[in-house]
Amino acid sequence: MSSPPVTGPAAVREHRGGPGPARFRPRRTPPAGAARPARRGVLSYWRQYLAISPFYLIFTVFSFGPVFYSLYLAFQRYDGLGTKQFVGLQQFEFLWNDPVFWLSIRNTLVIWVLSTVPTLFGALVLATLLHSVRRFKGFYRIALYVPNVTSIVAVAIFFGAVFSNDFGLVNAILGVVGIDPVPWLSDPWLIKVVIALLMAWMWTGYNMIIYLAGLQAIPQSVYEAARIDGAGPVRTFFRITIPIMRPIILFTVVVSTINGLQSFSEPQVLFASNAANQNLGGPGQAGLTTLLYFYQSAFLDNDYGYGAAIVWAFFVLIIVLVVINWRIVQRGRKS
Amino acid sequence: MTATATTRPVKGARRPRRPKGLGTHALLVLAVVISVFPFVWTIVMATNTTRDIYQSPPKLTFGSHLLENIRNVLDTIDFFGSMLNTVVVACVTTVLVLFVDSLAAFAFAKFDFPGRKILFGTLLVFMMLPLQLAVLPQFILMSEVGWVGMLKALVWPALSNAFGIFWLRQYIENGVPDELLDAARIDGAGFFRQYWNIALPMIRPAMSFLAIYAFVGAWNDYVWPLIVLTNPDHVTLQVELAQLNVGHNTDYSMVMAGVLMASLPLVIVFSVFARGFIAGATEGAVQGT
Repeated sequence: MSSPPVTGPAAVREHRGGPGPARFRPRRTPPAGAARPARRGVLSYWRQYLAISPFYLIFTVFSFGPVFYSLYLAFQRYDGLGTKQFVGLQQFEFLWNDPVFWLSIRNTLVIWVLSTVPTLFGALVLATLLHSVRRFKGFYRIALYVPNVTSIVAVAIFFGAVFSNDFGLVNAILGVVGIDPVPWLSDPWLIKVVIALLMAWMWTGYNMIIYLAGLQAIPQSVYEAARIDGAGPVRTFFRITIPIMRPIILFTVVVSTINGLQSFSEPQVLFASNAANQNLGGPGQAGLTTLLYFYQSAFLDNDYGYGAAIVWAFFVLIIVLVVINWRIVQRGRKS
Repeated sequence: MTATATTRPVKGARRPRRPKGLGTHALLVLAVVISVFPFVWTIVMATNTTRDIYQSPPKLTFGSHLLENIRNVLDTIDFFGSMLNTVVVACVTTVLVLFVDSLAAFAFAKFDFPGRKILFGTLLVFMMLPLQLAVLPQFILMSEVGWVGMLKALVWPALSNAFGIFWLRQYIENGVPDELLDAARIDGAGFFRQYWNIALPMIRPAMSFLAIYAFVGAWNDYVWPLIVLTNPDHVTLQVELAQLNVGHNTDYSMVMAGVLMASLPLVIVFSVFARGFIAGATEGAVQGT
């Protein structure tokens, strides 16, 4: 999916809850001693309302309204042409008994775990390494971030070529070593591994930049104190860096959950040659993610009501997972 | 960056740590190689013939067939037409995002108007929602007003993204001193003058960050153009690229030349602005502590 409307650092700051340095702290109230102006009426703020109105008009029409309208659609039968027909919970009942939906949920979860865990771990390690060096820092940051600005389509085509069963570079290299070709793009598990590798390649640098910002904010005196107390680098990392970074790690976990579960373009492009037939998501539909199934139901089968039901059920799943992840990271703090 | 500079240990203390530093660089260079390899390998594939790639073991060096492959791409798809579409959409989106978001962010950052908290909170909540919740109704809306297949259908949903406001508000709160605005107010500058003459010039770094962010996002967007641009002759670069892959995925070298041509402009733009972009991305977090 295209990158989310959230980049970390700003939100990280919000999470950390730390107020800015005193000189930057906004002062909305006049200094003590000054006469407090009388509270003004709503109308006297018409300029401010005018200033935010362009955004809120667009937001209402293209974001706020549509979200609720899709909830409404989830209770209808509608093909986009005829009339809508209220069907109550039928779409959700069908969903509950739809094996393809559950397959897509399983695929999405597996791909998400396979990609998120290495991504966040790798990002944290890289950020720690990068934080400790002084030379070429700028170069490393840019070179490691570049994958995140390349288009998913280009990356997916590239991965498709490199992991191709017959002519891919990976199998060619394996062949030189004497290993038989591996069916990367037809084995149900390997399909997921390839998609997860793709996502990890794209998102490790992004998370690394966020972690790096967090590391730079840790005062050096903390590390000096640890060194004086005789803590080695590994111990320092687990006992000091990780606990201090917990809010930022929490943030990246939440973003990666929201983000990683929305994989769509990767399998869509990777197995695009099958788009015409019902094997969307590759052989055995092993790369069929929930959003890909949503796309198929809504835009290829024109079943709008069912599409809306899928996407709302999916949203509930995301919330559940975010809450679970939140709990896990929070509990780690207490122990 | 300043933090590392001030904590630089004395020269003598550095010496014994040299070998460890080398290992760190080795690991980082390895990561860079992994991160850059796809670009290099794309060039290798794009400069060779498909036969060279297919043979076993494949050719690992740069070839001389790049122009031929590019010509094949141009003969097969309307590359520059779709690129023009993408450029237009990305530019229009970026300019509008900058204007609309900065105006709203300024109001949110510096004025305590009634309803401010609720309005802003709504944005935060909607920023966390998956975009796909709105996609279907957006498509229905577009077909109601007859915009399906048209480029303007791409711009408006992109504008409804609240990230820019969230980002700029943060920056304005910290970066534009109230004293300056107060002084301007005393001199008789109204809200819009304060916005245009004081706030805007001061938030230029945040604006350039947002500009790159919005431009890259619009350039790389795939899902929504795929859904809404129903006329296959009138699509954006990413959709065209995916179509090239579908129709000709046996001719790797040509497809890879297309990938190269489609990615290169953005990688160049990013490399030029990268320093400021990444500094902008980290600034919020560093400032916050």
